[in-house]
Amino acid sequence: MMTPHAWLLLGLYLLVLFVLVKPLGIYIANVVEGRSWALRLGSPIEAVIYRLGGVRKESKMGWLQYALALLLFNALGVFAVYALQRLQLWLPLNPQQMANVSPDSAFNTAVSFVTNTNWQGYAGETTMSYLTQMLALTVQNFLSAATGIVVVIALIRGFARHTAQDIGNVWVDLTRVTLYVLLPLSLVFAVFLMSQGVIQNLAAYQDVTTLENATQTLAMGPVASQEAIKMVGTNGGGFFNANSAHPFENPTPLTNFFQMLAIFLIPGALCHAFGRMVGDIRQGWAVLAAMTIIFVVAAVATIAFEQQGNPLFAAAGVDQTASAIQAGGNMEGKETRFGIADSGLFAAITTAASCGAVIAMHDSFTPLGGMVPLVMMQLGEVVFGGVGSGLYGMLVFAIMAVFIAGLMIGRTPEYLGKKIEAYEMKMTSIAILVTPLLVLGGTAVAVMTASGQAGIFNPGPHGFSEVLYAFTSAGNNNGSAFAGLSANTPFYNVLLAIAMWFGRFAVIVPVLAMAGSLAAKKRLATTAGTLPTHGPLFVTLLIGTVLLIGLLNYVPALALGPVVEHLMLWAGH
Amino acid sequence: MKTLIRPAVTLFILLSIVTGLIYPLLVTGIGQALFPKQAAGSLIERDGKPVGSRLIGQNFTDPKYFWGRPSATSPYPNNAAASSGSNLGPLNPALKEAVESRVKTLREADPGNTAPVPVDLVTASASGLDPHIGPAAAEYQVARVARARGLAPEIVRNLATQQTEDRQWGVFGEPRVNVLELNLALDQLPAEQKP
Repeated sequence: MMTPHAWLLLGLYLLVLFVLVKPLGIYIANVVEGRSWALRLGSPIEAVIYRLGGVRKESKMGWLQYALALLLFNALGVFAVYALQRLQLWLPLNPQQMANVSPDSAFNTAVSFVTNTNWQGYAGETTMSYLTQMLALTVQNFLSAATGIVVVIALIRGFARHTAQDIGNVWVDLTRVTLYVLLPLSLVFAVFLMSQGVIQNLAAYQDVTTLENATQTLAMGPVASQEAIKMVGTNGGGFFNANSAHPFENPTPLTNFFQMLAIFLIPGALCHAFGRMVGDIRQGWAVLAAMTIIFVVAAVATIAFEQQGNPLFAAAGVDQTASAIQAGGNMEGKETRFGIADSGLFAAITTAASCGAVIAMHDSFTPLGGMVPLVMMQLGEVVFGGVGSGLYGMLVFAIMAVFIAGLMIGRTPEYLGKKIEAYEMKMTSIAILVTPLLVLGGTAVAVMTASGQAGIFNPGPHGFSEVLYAFTSAGNNNGSAFAGLSANTPFYNVLLAIAMWFGRFAVIVPVLAMAGSLAAKKRLATTAGTLPTHGPLFVTLLIGTVLLIGLLNYVPALALGPVVEHLMLWAGH
Repeated sequence: MKTLIRPAVTLFILLSIVTGLIYPLLVTGIGQALFPKQAAGSLIERDGKPVGSRLIGQNFTDPKYFWGRPSATSPYPNNAAASSGSNLGPLNPALKEAVESRVKTLREADPGNTAPVPVDLVTASASGLDPHIGPAAAEYQVARVARARGLAPEIVRNLATQQTEDRQWGVFGEPRVNVLELNLALDQLPAEQKP
């Protein structure tokens, strides 16, 4: 059950989030439409970048050019992240003499950080030099987030424009989103994190002599700068192996609250920016409402299942009741300062958004408590989702919803004044179906092969859940894990990298194609026959569409994993 | 395609320099200026030597110290250079065995104590470096620590209560006791308080 404290925390979280969503949404809309006050401050820097790059900022791009440019830009990222890992031993800022990373692991990590997944087969503090953390991984934390945002901006322009041949200039969009949105938010957040105890230095690991006269080696590094963009950009890749559970990444309940806020901040704000840019802010609130309703159900469920605890502990004489002096519940793989309420809430947030940072080990959650994060990812990362990717994913579902409604009432479907025709529905189908194909196909291959089975850590149905979780996380670009799975093998490194790459770009390309096609269409006036897409009816329809497609795809797999495990755990209790 | 290569390469390099070098070094500089202690790891010194970080849990096995959360780091507990949880699933027999063996160890260290064991004392933390235990887990150990130190339980209990932090701002997180700071305070108790 949810404790009163957990309800209070959830309520406060949503309240603060909704206060911040509107001003940031207005700011982002102004930045990408080229009329924010911030652009005047940064124009000298922008001018240098454009001059060196030969970019004419007035030149416009069609969708194909926009998509090719993004693919090229991201491919460069893969090469750079791969090269820095493979050469790090011979490069500066490596006080621990971290060895060069193996080819398959370096490839996996490169794709992982470029696709905003931030799946980690490696452990940060035993693998990566400080230079790699900064110049390879922190950079992609920014650029992958910027990529997601510019794609949704292009799609929004597709709706907003009237018989236009272009969807914007990708170089200008990437530069502005990075310089005016991601960098300032990260800088402020990083300073706040340091004030609470997040470390930021370039020193060698620090030895201390403990009270019982043992030597303890404390890992060090430039953590705060990476931690900030890790959350703001819904990246989720930890500086350390334990991710945001590590006290040097997330030292206090207050840093934790703001980390949770940072995850939903831009995805929420983009909904408002969307409403403004299409000229009807109610459209943005409707999408945000659908996201929020699904999220609240998930958060309450996770917290309640974890608070219920583990019946096997009770049998061993362990007290799991929540009281004023202990959090109680299933504390395996959780931190005392966060307890059950924060851990459950964070798990729902990080998987609703495609963040993937963790403050508790999802592998040790109760069967149903761990199923909620799985389901949130399987819905396609559209409940807030990744920065940009969450909203473009949700808009794809909105198009699907008006299509289904159109079939039911016998009218040509329209969304935001644009006719939805065969081309849009083809692109929508590709965007919706590519991830289940990667997730279920990848899981099937892994559980049927010896190299796939070799990675499984926990016995029984939980082992299957570990594999399903890994491909779900990779295909949907989340990055969290049932981390018992030994995934740092050539088999998983390659297969998961493929799932991450296509889970990202096999969705982005059709979305941009749709943006181009929509931009070229006329914007029709609203008539009495138009299905309104801003009221409770549409919100319900949208939620129904998301749930229906998600459940149809994944119920059989979920039944084999967490559901069976739940029945086994509680049998006889 | 050709027209895309120059802007792609240039933008990638310039934005990498801004976000991967200038930004983290700027944050490092701000950290050194405003929060030097936190940025360096919140180290605690005793007699001029660092004895740990107030944020990183240490392994305590001596009955005269409060014990922290079990740690699943390898190759030894509380390895602050290799953070990790146990990742044991809820139904894994190894988890049940681990919890039962921790309960047994606690009971053997304090034979008279028949209270149920607070869950955070027998379950591995997420990071393997959790610096805290809940107030219930501290109370459970008061009698053992007092006996091992030859102190009245009230003195130890008072110290544990003093070291208890409430929820941050009244709502965030959980009430907790920093184990290292509590043990340091115990070591600093003046000798005359001992009966």
